[in-house]
Amino acid sequence: MKKLINKVENVVRESLEGMALAHSDLIRVHFDPTFVYRANAPVANKVAVISGGGSGHEPMHGGFVGVGMLDAACPGEVFTSPTPDQMLEAARTVNSGAGVLYIVKNYTGDVMNFEMAAELAASEGIPVQNILIDDDVAVKDSLYTAGRRGVGTTVLAEKIVGAAAEEGRDLKALADLCRRVNINGRSMGMALTSCTVPAKGSPTFELGDDEMEIGIGIHGEPGRERMPLKSADEITEMLALAIIEDEAYTRTVREFDMEKGTWIEVELTDPPFQPGDNVLAFVNSMGGTPVSELYIVYRKLHEICEKKGLRIVRNLVGAYITSLEMQGVSITLLRMDDEMIRLWDAPVNTPALRWGAGSTAALSQPLA
Amino acid sequence: MTLTKTDVLAWLRNIATVLAENKTYLTELDAAIGDADHGINMDRGFQRVMSQLPTVEDKDIGTILKTTGMALLSSVGGAGGPLYGTFFMRMGMAVAGKEELSPEDVHTMLAAGLDGVMQRGKAEVGDKTMVDTLAPAIRTLGNALTAGHHFDDALDRMVAAAEEGMKSTIPLVARKGRASYLGDRSAGHQDPGATSSYLILAALRDTLKADE
Ligand SMILES: Nc1ncnc2c1ncn2[C@@H]1O[C@H](COP(=O)(O)OP(=O)(O)O)[C@@H](O)[C@H]1O
Ligand SMILES: [Mg+2]
Repeated sequence: MKKLINKVENVVRESLEGMALAHSDLIRVHFDPTFVYRANAPVANKVAVISGGGSGHEPMHGGFVGVGMLDAACPGEVFTSPTPDQMLEAARTVNSGAGVLYIVKNYTGDVMNFEMAAELAASEGIPVQNILIDDDVAVKDSLYTAGRRGVGTTVLAEKIVGAAAEEGRDLKALADLCRRVNINGRSMGMALTSCTVPAKGSPTFELGDDEMEIGIGIHGEPGRERMPLKSADEITEMLALAIIEDEAYTRTVREFDMEKGTWIEVELTDPPFQPGDNVLAFVNSMGGTPVSELYIVYRKLHEICEKKGLRIVRNLVGAYITSLEMQGVSITLLRMDDEMIRLWDAPVNTPALRWGAGSTAALSQPLA
Repeated sequence: MTLTKTDVLAWLRNIATVLAENKTYLTELDAAIGDADHGINMDRGFQRVMSQLPTVEDKDIGTILKTTGMALLSSVGGAGGPLYGTFFMRMGMAVAGKEELSPEDVHTMLAAGLDGVMQRGKAEVGDKTMVDTLAPAIRTLGNALTAGHHFDDALDRMVAAAEEGMKSTIPLVARKGRASYLGDRSAGHQDPGATSSYLILAALRDTLKADE
């Protein structure tokens, strides 16, 4: 293993310490339990948006803490979901009284840890809701699997819901919006190489020089199918068509019923894409793929969307949800309505995503 | 024959030792069908348990097990954290206040832990998870005690059933957890959680054997 680290045990901590120093204007980092939080939290009258997950996906989620996005992020060990005590302490720290929305990627570990955190927060009187992101079309059915994984749409949901929270929307409205973003977003990823978890020291899977893995998640787990390496255009077409031609996807998810204080099952359906849809096109590096190659993918994706009658109204190209140093790419398409576009354009000021942000102070004023 | 508080403490220490010894093995199993962290997570969790045991050593068995569960919950992460955290916390609740456990208490305790795991994770036997080890093993223990077998013998039967359950996961296609994303490709590999569950139950039997 060749990595720019000191001691394997200190990877997560030292990285967070550096991040806190680099972005002291935007964020603070708390240790034991570990979470990143917005420097001026809690923001009066504002619902706090919190996410979290294993480390190794940087800049997600810690890099999205700041104005107009997340109030806190809970990083776990590399590729391991964080624990309920982190999520609870983060909620206590950033809750203004308006409550907490947990944005949870659909992985068994993340789901169960966030469920236990929500139970603990609710028992302390903190209004709380968990909304799942499950957008990975590489997972075909929800009956015989743990359901679609949460991938690229997570980044987009954190931005859009974060902007709405900044405008002073209440917890229920934010939960509805987050659910809406989720059912309109679809993703698929692929890997050219594996990646090495520092604590393990060797690659999670072996991939030949002439092979690729299609339908990977974001944890260096092997995907659905291994096949001979193809050209960028062919790979882009494979991913894009899997997304665009994906049929309606229906599953039941568990959400917290705040009045009853229990978990309820909610059935959700993702409507398929239609010609005429406005979409945000997100081309994401798995960590080790250079930006130049991402644009080669974007070029083809643009052509396919045009052919399919999808209008790309916004885009995001870069490394935002990664698997350590893995080479590979994921594509996310999000169907956008006017409100989602407006919230996407709203100012954001975080370590990893920043636009339109003039004065931080002015932005943190809650709207009446 | 009973399970004393000293035995419970020895069991937890044994688990910590066995999981440390099998850290790489469990992680390799998880690399094949998961994300290569199960051994690392469990080892980290039981190291945390070891560091907290001194604060509760003179408390009752229920408190010791509940503290174990809380320590796992806040240090393991992943799917293993909430599941094993719940397993030990529920066991602790089932034997609250006790300083010594009869064989029947041990069965009730383990069954309560399994209940918690199944409520939290919603997995059934055959889904290729830790439930494939725990469920048949704990049922076998209960049946053996009801049939009048000596505790020693009943524990041997429990461990044999646990081993069989663990191995039964090899041909299975996973339907829960991370391994389910592999579809048919998960067949042919032993489930890491089923393996750690086997080690935990075997450690219980070995603790009592060493005690004789
Ligand atoms: N829903 C579930 N119910 C019971 N056990 C499960 C469930 N999901 C996963 N597991 C168990 O958890 C193990 C994986 O644990 P671990 O590697 O610690 O978590 P993660 O998959 O989040 O990395 C699996 O081998 C399986 O035995
Ligand atoms: Mg794992």
